[in-house]
Amino acid sequence: MSDITYKPGKEPHPRETRRIFRNIDREGYDPSIKCYIKDGGYKTLKKVLAMEPAAVIDEVKKSGLRGRGGAGFPTGVKWTFIPKGNTKPVYLVCNCDESEPGTFKDRFIVHQDPHQLIEGMIIACYAVQAHYAVIYMREEFPEGARIMQTALDEAKAKGYLGENIMKSGFDLKIVLHRGAGAYICGEETGLINSIEGARPYPRIKPPFFPAAIGLYGCPTIVNNVESLCQVRQVMMMGGEAYAAEGAQRSPGTRIIGVSGDVKRPGYYEIISGSITYGELLYDLCGGPRVGRKFKAIIPGGASAKVMRCDEVLKGRNPDGSVRNMTIFDVPLDLDSIAQHGSMSGSGGVIVMDDTRSMPKMLNNLNRFFAWESCGQCSPCREGNPWMLKLSTRICNGQGSPEDVDLLKDVADNICGRTVCAFGEACSWPTQAFTTKFRDEFLALTKPINALKPHSPEAAEARKFLTRED
Amino acid sequence: MSKKPALLPKDEAAAEGKVNVQINGKWYRFPKGTRIADACNSVGVHVPCFCYHPKLSVAGSCRMCLVEQGMPPRLAPGATPTYNEDGYQTIQWMPRAIIACANTVAENMGIRTDGKLCTEARRGVLEFLLTNHPLDCPICDQAGECKLQEYTSDYGSGTHRFTESKTKKGKNLSLGPRVNMDQERCVLCRRCIRFMKEIVGEEVLGVVGRGTHNAVTCYPGTQLDSNYSMNVVDLCPVGALTSKDFRFKMRVWFLKSTPTIDVNCGTGTNINIWTREQQVYRITPRQNDEVNSCWMPDSHRLNYKYINAPERILTPLVKTDAKAPQRPSTWDATLNLVVEQLHKCAPVEVAIIASARMTNEELYMARALARQLGVTKFDIVPRKGENDGMLISEDRNPNSTGAKLILNKTGAGLTNIRRGVKNGSIRSLIVLGEDVTEEAGIPAEDLAELDYLLVMAHSESATTKAADVVLPGVTFAEKYGTMINVAGRIQRLNKAIEPLGEARSEWSIMRELTELLGCDCPRVIACPSPMMILEEMALEFEPMKGLSWGNIGNEGKVILDTGVTIPLIEREKAKK
Repeated sequence: MSDITYKPGKEPHPRETRRIFRNIDREGYDPSIKCYIKDGGYKTLKKVLAMEPAAVIDEVKKSGLRGRGGAGFPTGVKWTFIPKGNTKPVYLVCNCDESEPGTFKDRFIVHQDPHQLIEGMIIACYAVQAHYAVIYMREEFPEGARIMQTALDEAKAKGYLGENIMKSGFDLKIVLHRGAGAYICGEETGLINSIEGARPYPRIKPPFFPAAIGLYGCPTIVNNVESLCQVRQVMMMGGEAYAAEGAQRSPGTRIIGVSGDVKRPGYYEIISGSITYGELLYDLCGGPRVGRKFKAIIPGGASAKVMRCDEVLKGRNPDGSVRNMTIFDVPLDLDSIAQHGSMSGSGGVIVMDDTRSMPKMLNNLNRFFAWESCGQCSPCREGNPWMLKLSTRICNGQGSPEDVDLLKDVADNICGRTVCAFGEACSWPTQAFTTKFRDEFLALTKPINALKPHSPEAAEARKFLTRED
Repeated sequence: MSKKPALLPKDEAAAEGKVNVQINGKWYRFPKGTRIADACNSVGVHVPCFCYHPKLSVAGSCRMCLVEQGMPPRLAPGATPTYNEDGYQTIQWMPRAIIACANTVAENMGIRTDGKLCTEARRGVLEFLLTNHPLDCPICDQAGECKLQEYTSDYGSGTHRFTESKTKKGKNLSLGPRVNMDQERCVLCRRCIRFMKEIVGEEVLGVVGRGTHNAVTCYPGTQLDSNYSMNVVDLCPVGALTSKDFRFKMRVWFLKSTPTIDVNCGTGTNINIWTREQQVYRITPRQNDEVNSCWMPDSHRLNYKYINAPERILTPLVKTDAKAPQRPSTWDATLNLVVEQLHKCAPVEVAIIASARMTNEELYMARALARQLGVTKFDIVPRKGENDGMLISEDRNPNSTGAKLILNKTGAGLTNIRRGVKNGSIRSLIVLGEDVTEEAGIPAEDLAELDYLLVMAHSESATTKAADVVLPGVTFAEKYGTMINVAGRIQRLNKAIEPLGEARSEWSIMRELTELLGCDCPRVIACPSPMMILEEMALEFEPMKGLSWGNIGNEGKVILDTGVTIPLIEREKAKK
């Protein structure tokens, strides 16, 4: 689109394809409905409202769209999980609790293009026949909440929300719900509990699959902000056209947020799988800063397993033969990186160069997870502070080599045994860091530390355990 | 395979509404919808649980009940399942352990609790729970009946690897008048919170803090003062919630528990009495899904202090002269004296006030005594209160139904007796197990006017003080017997401690008295025990037909249709 100009310094790289972020940092664009309609907004909605709801779901299924919150579950399939013959109201919840460290895509949509999300939500609500939708916005977006509320009011005033939307007979109310600043509220069942006014303890699955028993016990669809915007994109382009572009199993565009030690950190919207991590970091982001080398990449938000840049990965050629490659050769789609033991998650790429201490990096993540654990289930509640205490001790030079193994062991004991995915999210970093950068951890430890007391209590107790000859 | 079995196990099970489940290599059949934890426990495969309680909603948060689970492999479209020679499909084991409390059994499901996955999961969870646990078992009331202790001994690793500072939380907090809290011992199973919310309906407990600082506490401005608050102490699998009454009184392994029933109201709540030597230390509810589920009211639970109180009467007391004080005597002398005195009374001037707090056996003997004396002015003392909508019945007598059945008395004749005492037409009064100055409304002045007052009671009261002869009976903890609750269920009382001092069970006092009075009916005087009296009654009363001490069982037996229901049990049934 030649007529779109972006603010200086925000111009897209030629290899980018701006669709969802089309209006982000665009010259002369503001979040008002006037601006959005002028730009062709709510036209897709009109088209969709003329269709059958089932046809909309089919179209989204056909598109192969996968959720952008991190887990990558097919959106259209999720919608069909609403029990057949359901008589309860259906709710749609937009998960705008973007709190994964390293992820910063939804905030741009909320702050700069709220109507895109609203239109996406109306389409999704129409598809699943929900008449009540909630935008769950994290506490840290006070300005975003103000903008979103204005946008909702505008949309209502223009008849895109409320009763009988665009004379289609479809009613929808969207409310904005503010979180109170907890990472766990991004977990869909925790989020539902939070909306209900309860502690955001994630619910056990089974039986509490939101599509069957969700908000107030009714079927509830929880979708990420970007996913809902992609829904609009799918309906605009048509499912087949959408599916034709990008990686086969994860079509469409992806928004990648790059942070850390690169020359040009920021957001990039690319066709899924069209470039590799190497191209992203060297071409789009401008490579490492002067005189430095890339050391490690966390490819999908803080909870994804870290990848060493000098790690030799086994890739497969199209003819089936095995070739050696590095993380830089892995294409940026949802599944490729998963074959190498990490995940692409929410698209937050965190880059670390050779000046970074990996134990300190891990300690930082552990501090985050220990603080954000909701405390519902035992392994996560007690394991996270333990991991934090161990990594802190190692960073302070008070650890022994055994502590590194113990750290890994604690993470192994959390992983796979918790109520929600937080167990994996918090243990994967520790597992990956301690395995892949073991030498760095060991370098900070001293064998003698194993004999020293590690807490004031132990030091006190030692007084009584020492034998005086 | 040449020949297929006519009917596969899955079809056989389906016909019964059941499913086949393999547990640790053995196949069992369970009704559809059974929780894995219940299924395993029912066949003797122990699944440890902290947060799961069959009467509460499933929380699934302790992660202690993780088990390895497998299902038949998912078939490719169009493929037909294959069965081995036993008729089962092969099980494909899942790499991830699942919680046994929230998941239900399914056809051809496999459960393993003895594999590496499950063992390590349990060990891991226990290690985590112990990291921030104060490990103060030597001073903890729960020690000896603590799930954390038991599971650590059964499934724990035996050593600890946590050498950091522990999280500090609140200790010795008062949650309410009867319950104390130690947040550091808490494993955050949230059973207490769910109990208060789901069973009592008073949401006073909740969790505050995040992550490792999670702690159970009362909401601001509230306290745990419900009459059912002490049930959270029973529910608590660890020593976080302790009873202020029992705190630091006795190590639980010294206590003997006796299954019996509560006698504070007509519900007949099933309880355990915990005793050591001749002392009662506490009472806890005993599960009976038809009577009290797993709960009991605090007011009933704490009403045991009179058993070992100094007010107990431990020897027969005899007043030799109207103005003389009561003096201790021996049984033989006292009973002979009583017989002598009773022979002097004209039957029309004698009234007997019995009690619906007596067991059926005692009521039977009371009837025999009344018949032997030829007394017709004979009734019980009714006792009414408010039904609390949970477990406390408006009938505050534990055996009104029994009194109705055996004596055909409901307390209607009490007014006449009261009037007779007042106007002097009744000159002698025999009071069996009641303080008539209270509910019966006979003032102490009127009692003083009587010629003769014979009282059988276990504790001092205004009535015993006015008595000419006091025969020391026993409390419910010291005797065997049966009672019929408001819903018509006959239940057993068991002896937890021997009668204190020289006190004797009331049935035996009355039996001997009747015999001394000249009764020669073998059906009365030949009864050596309450169990035999029960068999006598089974011959006489139609509803009791076929009953024996053994076949009543610990859960009791419904013998009458009274139409009365217990609100809490009705709610529980409606939930299912």
